[in-house]
Amino acid sequence: MTSAPVAIHLHDASLQHGQVRALDAINLRVEQGERVAIIGPSGAGKSSLLHLMATAIQPSAGRLALFGELPWQLSGRARQRLRARVGLVHQAPPLPPRQRVVTAVLAGRLGQWGIVRGLFNMLYPTDVPGVRQALAELGLADKLFVQCGQLSGGQLQRVGIARVLYQRPDLLLTDEPVSAMDPVLADHSLALLNRHAQANGVTLVASLHAVELALAHFPRVIGIREGQVVFDSPAEAVSPQMLDALYANEHLASPPLQGPAAVLTVQIPRC
Amino acid sequence: MLKAHARDPAALPRLLLTLLAVAVLWPGLQLSELNPGVLWQAENRQQIASFTQAFWPPAHDAAFLQLLYEATLQTLAVATAGMTLALVLAVPASLLASRALSLRAASRGGRAGWWSRVLRLPVRGLLIFLRSVPEIVWALLFVRAVGLGPTAGVLAIAITYSGMLGKVYAEIFESVDQRPAHALLQAGSGRLMAFFYGILPNAVSEVVSYTVYRWECAVRASVVMGFVGAGGLGQQIDLSMRMFAGAEVASMLLTFLLLVSLADLLSRFLRGRLT
Repeated sequence: MTSAPVAIHLHDASLQHGQVRALDAINLRVEQGERVAIIGPSGAGKSSLLHLMATAIQPSAGRLALFGELPWQLSGRARQRLRARVGLVHQAPPLPPRQRVVTAVLAGRLGQWGIVRGLFNMLYPTDVPGVRQALAELGLADKLFVQCGQLSGGQLQRVGIARVLYQRPDLLLTDEPVSAMDPVLADHSLALLNRHAQANGVTLVASLHAVELALAHFPRVIGIREGQVVFDSPAEAVSPQMLDALYANEHLASPPLQGPAAVLTVQIPRC
Repeated sequence: MLKAHARDPAALPRLLLTLLAVAVLWPGLQLSELNPGVLWQAENRQQIASFTQAFWPPAHDAAFLQLLYEATLQTLAVATAGMTLALVLAVPASLLASRALSLRAASRGGRAGWWSRVLRLPVRGLLIFLRSVPEIVWALLFVRAVGLGPTAGVLAIAITYSGMLGKVYAEIFESVDQRPAHALLQAGSGRLMAFFYGILPNAVSEVVSYTVYRWECAVRASVVMGFVGAGGLGQQIDLSMRMFAGAEVASMLLTFLLLVSLADLLSRFLRGRLT
């Protein structure tokens, strides 16, 4: 299972969204067991890059290899098998509002279960202890039988993380996993993801808005701007100059914390 | 005339649409030879009056109530059996016809591959064929084939309603939020499981309320088909009308009212449970 040394290998991978070039010839290697944070300004392509790695979208040019396999050249069935080894936490986890939390978490293992087991679990959750444990680590054990629609954005994000922890993938991708959480919870959740990754030899890639969280939790940090890798270095080597260059914004003339424009930078859930 | 900046840009299209609707509907009224005046002609008025006078009081002697009870049960049985058979065909067909379960759509922003669209065509064609012929025509055919009686009604409802249910289910599945199912497909789950865990929770209340509504329609349809000999309340009404027994007709119309109200209550109850 862990024989493939390179978890993610992107070779000149590009992504075109209509007229917009979201990713521009990205070259990237992430070894098995590495923990990487992706940072960059809004709209830089962090989400696109994670969705590309998760085989959620196909690169319009270039190549993606996961565990030495080329997902877009596999048959549909083989690609689904490969995808079962990859878990993606969405920024706003898409969970049906009427689904109960326990079912939403159990759904993490649908890729590993047969049809009969999947159907049965929809009617009667067989692994309540396993789900409870995944939720308990995120402080949500009491929400086990609550409907997803009754949870707040931060709680939903934690359910999304619990689902991926329950899935037990070899590659764990998280797209702004803590954007709707308070600082304490965000810190706790990232630490949990990192502990889980270290303990199980899982490769972890997270895109983050908060630079200090990225530097505190991840050994390797990749800066992305306008669809290109600006820097890719160990966390301790990231300097303030590098960050200034990464986040420099020529469109904002005045200091960004002024006027209604700053108030309007609310997280728009995007997945 | 209002100034340009104070004008609703949608006003002109709305006005034109209204004019267009009138222009299309007026010839329709002419062609269908609708003339409400005939209702007020002396002779017709007398006919209607004498027939409706017999409505009160509705028939309620024991023998007739027994007959009514049996006919009502038969009508309900025809509608329910027809719906059940229709569901057996409609559910798999709707899954095949719906784009909601496309693996490629999950990784292409909702666009299915061309071959999967081609494969869905025959299923859509079948559903169109099934519902294009009205159930009353199927009933006439089956009365010829299997003889007078409820069997013809059951088969007619099963065929027409499987077409309707299949089409509408497929559209409901496509109209709900696809992201949960796509997220599951991207995590390696199979299509059927992605449907049950990602689509169905969002679609279930609409599916249930549409199904109950269709069942209500099936009750009405089975009554209509009774007129061509498929049993149940329809056949009784036909007989009572021929005998100018207004009181019996009134009782049966009240029964309809009761049945439809029951269906409405059931639908409300189920929707309440599922939301």
